[in-house]
Amino acid sequence: MNDVNWMDALRQTLAAESIAIESISEVPAVNSGKAAIWRIIDTDWQKLAEQAQTHKLRWSAGWAEQDDDCFIVHALFENQGTYLWTQTLIPLAKPELPSQATVYPAANRSERHTQDMFGIKFSGHPDKRHWTRHKAWGKHDYPLRKDFAVAGQPEHITPPDMDYAFVKSHGAGTYEIPVGPVHAGIIEPGHFRFQAVGELILNLEERLAYTHKGIEKIAEGRTPESLARLAGRVSGDTTVSHAWAACMAMEQAAAVTIPPRAALLRGILAERERVANHLGDLGAICNDVGFSFAQMQFSRLREDWLRTQANIFGHRLLMDCVIPGGVKSDITDADCADIKQGIIQLRNELTDIITALDLNSSLEDRLYTAGLLSTDIAAAYGTLGYVGRASGQDFDVRRDAPYPPYHQVTVKVAFENQGDIASRFWIRYKEIMASMKLIAQFMALLEPGDIAAAWQVPTPGSSGLGIVDGWRGEIVSYVRFTAENSIARFYPRDPSQLNWPALEKLVLNNIVPDFPVCNKSLNGSYSGNDL
Amino acid sequence: MNWLLAVIQTMLFVALAPLLSGWLKWCKCHLQNRKAPSLLQPYRNLLKLTRKQPVVAEHASWIFTKSPYIVFSAMVLAASVVPLIAVDLPSAASADVIVLVGFFAFARFFLALAGLDIGTAFGGMGSSREMTISSLAEPAMLMAVFTLTMTASTTNLSLAIEHVLHEGLVLRPSFVFAMFALILVAIAETGRIPVDNPATHLELTMIHEAMILEYSGRHLALIEWASQLKLMLYGVLIANIFLPWGIAQGFSAQALSYGLLTIIGKLGVLAILLAISETLVAKMRLFRVQEYLSFAYLLGLLGMLSHIILEASR
Repeated sequence: MNDVNWMDALRQTLAAESIAIESISEVPAVNSGKAAIWRIIDTDWQKLAEQAQTHKLRWSAGWAEQDDDCFIVHALFENQGTYLWTQTLIPLAKPELPSQATVYPAANRSERHTQDMFGIKFSGHPDKRHWTRHKAWGKHDYPLRKDFAVAGQPEHITPPDMDYAFVKSHGAGTYEIPVGPVHAGIIEPGHFRFQAVGELILNLEERLAYTHKGIEKIAEGRTPESLARLAGRVSGDTTVSHAWAACMAMEQAAAVTIPPRAALLRGILAERERVANHLGDLGAICNDVGFSFAQMQFSRLREDWLRTQANIFGHRLLMDCVIPGGVKSDITDADCADIKQGIIQLRNELTDIITALDLNSSLEDRLYTAGLLSTDIAAAYGTLGYVGRASGQDFDVRRDAPYPPYHQVTVKVAFENQGDIASRFWIRYKEIMASMKLIAQFMALLEPGDIAAAWQVPTPGSSGLGIVDGWRGEIVSYVRFTAENSIARFYPRDPSQLNWPALEKLVLNNIVPDFPVCNKSLNGSYSGNDL
Repeated sequence: MNWLLAVIQTMLFVALAPLLSGWLKWCKCHLQNRKAPSLLQPYRNLLKLTRKQPVVAEHASWIFTKSPYIVFSAMVLAASVVPLIAVDLPSAASADVIVLVGFFAFARFFLALAGLDIGTAFGGMGSSREMTISSLAEPAMLMAVFTLTMTASTTNLSLAIEHVLHEGLVLRPSFVFAMFALILVAIAETGRIPVDNPATHLELTMIHEAMILEYSGRHLALIEWASQLKLMLYGVLIANIFLPWGIAQGFSAQALSYGLLTIIGKLGVLAILLAISETLVAKMRLFRVQEYLSFAYLLGLLGMLSHIILEASR
């Protein structure tokens, strides 16, 4: 009941501030929780954010799209599990909008992305620099506008992006360390610019978008099946959750309700993905402090887990298992028995390893109090998933805005508030344990039935919003159809987009050689951020 | 004849160093439940690197291209003055333990210069860290070595080892302290966990690896080989100074082969101990290294004090 209260209160405040809500509608609750859609006048865009801030709304996602005669800019807010989806129209001729990033730092990179891709100017934005745009496009070419060809206008050689104005430090003894985008290890590309004095980090700036693949552009014109496949490739380690979010959005637009068995299977897939990734991360965090014994053990456990997935679902990382309307393949009782066996084995082995790690003081010395992210900063940047939950942000879509199958079970959300690397380590361990319980519960609830609903062609122009909890946190996926069952706009918001800025804050006052483990404890997706 | 033996011993030293690294890696892999690469893998890696064309940065000066040779030569010279299988060789008489520390410092000086030479951020960072650590490690090492030389009344390694052999197996507190100090210094100087991680790919955490990040081809092969030599040098120092039994005192074939077998056995055991410790502990935070090396210095100092108080008066 609380939920309705903040929305009514916000509406009253907006009325008092004479900010007009042009229209109010609701998102149809197909396969997801409820959300209200408010349409606002463009000049009130920033004032809306200010009022949302005073009502403690969390800024969740922002994106734009081009309609026939205007741009539509969207911003999604959340509080206590209820979503407020705000939209505004701006003319094609004069694409300008007051920035919300002045109020919500979380909106900073998102607005710069929109500015780079659509040429929509956000007035008053605190950061004038490009973000996703390096040098691949001409000065007045905006790749997501309708007049830009899908194939792009590739030049023979993309000029180097050399004039990005990093923050500089001055003074005796301060120096700059450029790291990446090519690293000594095999990881995704990203550039990190440190300002340091001795070994102490004074400032860190990230420069990402080296893995920009044009996901949003190449989504245009696809069929639902093809979009689900594309969504599964936004970030390879989050293939189930991204595909699920995209399918949820499409199902909402087409008013397709998935069968209960499909929902449960999707739940099993998503939780398995969470366990696999957390296992990898636990090992990687240990390896980054030179404790490779633990990494080898966790790698082995993850490998066993992945092999079970390959046997049962046909793909180690579960790619393309989620399809519009349901899931691709069913599981048998024998598969369920295998899964149960795997869970028992993992639980036993994990308990042994974790006990050994817990007793290791040299490991403890590295993980505790390092990479501290305070509750306030975590809240200001809207950090999600294990990063947020380790720093006092008690939010989980599965519990707070449940979608099938999570409405059938009680989701226990791991929570810590120390905010250091150790917190993020233990949160992952707790989430693995909780996920294994959820998988068992979902299997117990399985009833014979269809695993996919028949697809219905959505009405032209219909749109949907999929919000699921991936292993990194809340994923938001927006889909709008044109006529003929084809996609007009797809925007996936990976949780990494909101977690990456937190890294710039949590490394402050740490020393340079502790950066890798700080980074690994956050483990943002470069691909999911760069799109 | 004796000079020939000295040359053979040095060549043996140089030839066996990659094998020790291979053995260490083999032990570590098995302790981590992994399949291990062949013991000969370090040789194959060196061979592979020598076949590759070295890539040299545009702005590199002669320091960068010559340093690998200087570093490698310094290590070979250091190996020539450390008794491996026999004492009393003429090469050992020509230099003492302070010269040995000097060889290490000389090699490090050029490696650090080479790290700075190409002007990348990592090279400079690695050099700066290496010099910080060595400035703390060197006094600790000298303190440990001086304890030994005070007992033997000589700075010559060969004579000192003979002195220990003649004394017989006596438990000397000063030696125990000095041995632990030298072990701690050896771990820091050879870039092992918990001070540095030789297997890391994380450029920001590197110390030794950061300095040599720009090296490739035969340059890299020489530097790798020099590091393997350094590891073996410290191993032999610890094994032969504190537990010299088995080392050849005459030059008969039997004594020499016995000496060779015992040093291989001793190094094998030391490598197992190192592998176990590297499996058990995580790398420490960089700013803990000073505490670690101060502790090594303190042990050296305690060894010296206990020598003066307990042993020298008798």
